[in-house]
Amino acid sequence: MAKKQICLYFQVHQPTRLRLYRFFDIGKDSHYYDDFENRTILRRIAQKCYLPMNQLLLDVIREQKGAFKVAFSISGSALEQFERYAPEILDSFRALADTGCVEFLGETYYHSLSSLASPAEFRLQVEKHRQAIKEYFGQTPVTFRNTELIYSDAIGDMVSEMGFKTVLTEGAKHILGWQSPNYVYCNPEKPSLKVLMRNSALSDDIAFRFSDRSWDNWPLTADKYLAWLKAAVSDGGNMIGLFMDYETFGEHQKAESGIFDFMRALPGVVAEDGEFEFSTPSSIARRFKAVSEISVPEAISWADEERDTSAWLGNELQKDAFNKLYGLYEKLAILNQPSMWNDFGHLQESDHFYYMCTKFFSDGAVHKYFNPYDTPYEAFINYMNVLSDFMIRVDEALSEKL
Amino acid sequence: MFGWEFPPHIAGGLGTACYGIVKGLAHNGVETIFVMPSASGDEDQSAARIINASDVAVTYTEELGIGDFLDKVKFIHVGSNLVPYCDPEDFTNLVEEERRRQQKDFRIHYGQKFKFSGKYGANLMEEVARYAMVGGTIALQHKDEFDVIHAHDWLTYYAGIAAKRMTGKPLVVHVHATSFDRGSVDNIDTRVYAIERNGMEAADKVITVSDLTRNIVITKYGINPDKVVTVHNAVDFSGRDDLQVERGVKDKVVTFLGRITFQKGPEYFIEAAAKVLKRTKGVRFVMAGSGDMMNRSIKHVARLGISDRFHFTGFLRGADVQKMFALSDVYVMPSVSEPFGISPLEAMRTGVPSVISKQSGAAEILRYAFKVDFWNVDAMADQIYGLLQYPALAKFAATEGYDEVNTLKWDNATAKMKAVYESVVNK
Repeated sequence: MAKKQICLYFQVHQPTRLRLYRFFDIGKDSHYYDDFENRTILRRIAQKCYLPMNQLLLDVIREQKGAFKVAFSISGSALEQFERYAPEILDSFRALADTGCVEFLGETYYHSLSSLASPAEFRLQVEKHRQAIKEYFGQTPVTFRNTELIYSDAIGDMVSEMGFKTVLTEGAKHILGWQSPNYVYCNPEKPSLKVLMRNSALSDDIAFRFSDRSWDNWPLTADKYLAWLKAAVSDGGNMIGLFMDYETFGEHQKAESGIFDFMRALPGVVAEDGEFEFSTPSSIARRFKAVSEISVPEAISWADEERDTSAWLGNELQKDAFNKLYGLYEKLAILNQPSMWNDFGHLQESDHFYYMCTKFFSDGAVHKYFNPYDTPYEAFINYMNVLSDFMIRVDEALSEKL
Repeated sequence: MFGWEFPPHIAGGLGTACYGIVKGLAHNGVETIFVMPSASGDEDQSAARIINASDVAVTYTEELGIGDFLDKVKFIHVGSNLVPYCDPEDFTNLVEEERRRQQKDFRIHYGQKFKFSGKYGANLMEEVARYAMVGGTIALQHKDEFDVIHAHDWLTYYAGIAAKRMTGKPLVVHVHATSFDRGSVDNIDTRVYAIERNGMEAADKVITVSDLTRNIVITKYGINPDKVVTVHNAVDFSGRDDLQVERGVKDKVVTFLGRITFQKGPEYFIEAAAKVLKRTKGVRFVMAGSGDMMNRSIKHVARLGISDRFHFTGFLRGADVQKMFALSDVYVMPSVSEPFGISPLEAMRTGVPSVISKQSGAAEILRYAFKVDFWNVDAMADQIYGLLQYPALAKFAATEGYDEVNTLKWDNATAKMKAVYESVVNK
C-alpha cells in the first residue's frame, strides 16, 4: 500500500511597513517606508527563525537522505528585504533549494489582494514572482499559493490558465462540509488543477497551540503528534496538509517552547513508524487522482474564524482604501514607470489592510500581535495619507506624459 | 480671581481666555490676584499675581472655629451624601456622625497642603472640593487686598462661594461653558449642573461669553436675567508671528479644527465635504483634532468613499495648529452648541475665511464670517464651494475678516467686566 503523505508548507512573508506619514507630508515627501523598523524586525526574525530553522531543515534533509521534503512560498516583499538587510538568509534558502527536496511555490510578488481586485494586476504580480523565484532558486513554480491561502473557483481558473498544476488553500469547514481535507480535490472549471487543503486542526496544533500551557494537550511531543496524524487518516485520506507561517518556528513559538526540538524529532519518528512520508505539493498532485471537484464560489482564506476575506476587506475603511488603491491600476498601466509600479506594489501588501481590521474579538489577539498601529483607525489614516501622496504623484506624472 | 489653568500649561481654551482677561484688566487699571490649583512657576506674572493653591495649607483662625469654618464651606463636601431609606431619628444620627467625621477629617488635614493636579482627571470632584477649602483660606489671608471675587467656570465656583462666605465680598461668576455644551440636552452631568447652579445663584453677577450662553443661564438655570451680563470673548494675537508654510498639496484645503465630539458637529462637516466633492475635485478636507467621535467620523468618511480627499491629522499642538490654519483656504466650525468658539477668530486672523454655525457665540459678533445652521449641510456645502470657487468672495472674506478680528480686543471686553465689578462693589 502506498504511503500516506505529509505535506509541510511554510509561508515566508514580511510586510514593507509604512512610516508615520502625516497629512503635512502629503505632496512633500514620497518615501513611505519605515526602513529602520523593517530592518530591525527582519534582522530579529532572521536570528530567531529563518537562519536556525533553515539550518535545522537542511540537517534533517541530510540525515533523512532525501526522504524529508518541504515547500516554501516566499513573497517578493520578503525577498527584497532579505536582499537588503540580511542576504545570508537568501544563501541559506539556496542551500535548501540545492538539496532538491524543497519546492518553491508561486504567489503574488507583493503578497497582495490583487486576485480579488484586478485580474490584470494579479497576472503581472504572479509573473513577477515567478521570475524572482527562478532567479534566486533556479525553480519555476508549478504550484500556486495565493496570499494567505485566499482561493475561489475563479482564482483557480486564472492560475490554471497561467500554467499552474496545483493550488493550496484552506480546508474551510463551510466549503468541505462532510468531506475530509485529507484528499486531493480539483477545480470544477479546470479539473486539471489539483486543490490541496490545509488540515487546520493539525496545522494549528503546531502554529498556534504548541506553547500554550493551558492547552490540555501541552506539551506536544513528536510521538503524540504522530498518533494524531495516524488518527486523522484512520478512516481514509491520503495526505495531510500542514500549512503554516514559517515565523511559527522561533518567532511565534519561541525557541524555549521546544518547537525546534519538536521539528527535529518529528521526521525521524515519522520515518520509523512508516505509515507516512513527507512530500511536496507538486509530487502529491502528480501521484494522486482527485477524489472529487471542490466548489468554492466565494473566496476563502486561512484567516480568522470566518476563513474568508473579512480580515482584509471586512469593514468600510478597508473597502474604501482597497477601492481607492485599485482604482489607480489603469493610470499605472498607462504610465508604466518602474518606480510607480514599485510603490503601487508595496502599497498593495495585504498587511496594510489587515492592520485596519476592526474584528477585535475572537481573533483580536492574533491581529494585535501583527499590528504596528495602536488602532485600526490610525492604520487607516496613515495608509490614506500615503496613498493620497501616491495619487498626486500618479496624476502629476500622467499629466506630464499626456 | 479663581481659575483652573493659566498659560503655558493649558488643556483647553479657559487658560488662554483667563490670560487675556488679566492682561486686559491690567490695562484697564484693575489689579488681579490669580489663584489656580497647580501653578508651575513659569506663568507670566506681569499682569497678575499668581497664587498656587498647592502651596497653601487650609487653616482657620481663633475667632472662626472648626465648626464655623465647616458651616461656611461644608457644601463643598462631595462625598456621596445619598442615604438609603431611614427614619428621621436615624437620619439625624447619620448627619451628626457625618459632621463629626468631617470635623475629624478636617483636623487631620488641618495645616496640610493639598497637591492639586490642576488637570481634568478622575479626582476632579475631590479637587474641586479641596480647591474650595483652600480658596476660602486664601481669601481670608488676603482679605484686605481685593474688592471683588471673580470665578471662572464651574471648577472654581465653589472656591468663589467659599471666598464670598469667608469675606463677604461680592462674587462674579464667569460662564465660559455650561453642562449643556458638554453633554446633550437630556444627558448632562447633574453633579456639575448643581455646582454651576449653586455658583450662579450665589453670585452677585453672572458674566456669559455670548447671548447664546446667557439664554441658557436664564432658561436652563433659572437665573434672574437682570443679574446676567454678556461680555463677548476677545482674542490676543500679540507676540504671534505670521507663519510661512510651504504647501505640499496644490488643492484647496478646507479645515475643521477642534475636539471631535458631538458638540462640535463633525458629521455635518463630513456630509458637507461629500457634497462639495461631488461638484469639484480640486479640494481636500482636513479634520484636525481628536475626540470620542473620531473613529465614527473615520468610518463615516470611508463609507462615503471620500477618504482619498478627506484627511485626519489627530490631535495637533502648538505650532502645528498655526501650521494647519496657514495651510487652509476655508475654515469650518459646524458646532451644534458653542458658547463662544475662538477658533474661527484664529483662522480669520491667519487670513482664512470661516464658515461657522449660527449656534455659536462667535456668530453673534463676527460680521465677516459665513453663518449657517449646523444642520443645514446644503447651505454649508454651498458656502464652502463658493469660497473655493470665487476668488473675489474669498479675498473679501479674508481681508475684512482679518480686520474684524483685530478689533476684538480684550481691553474692550475687560472694560465691560470692570463695569460689572463696579456695579457689585458700589451696591
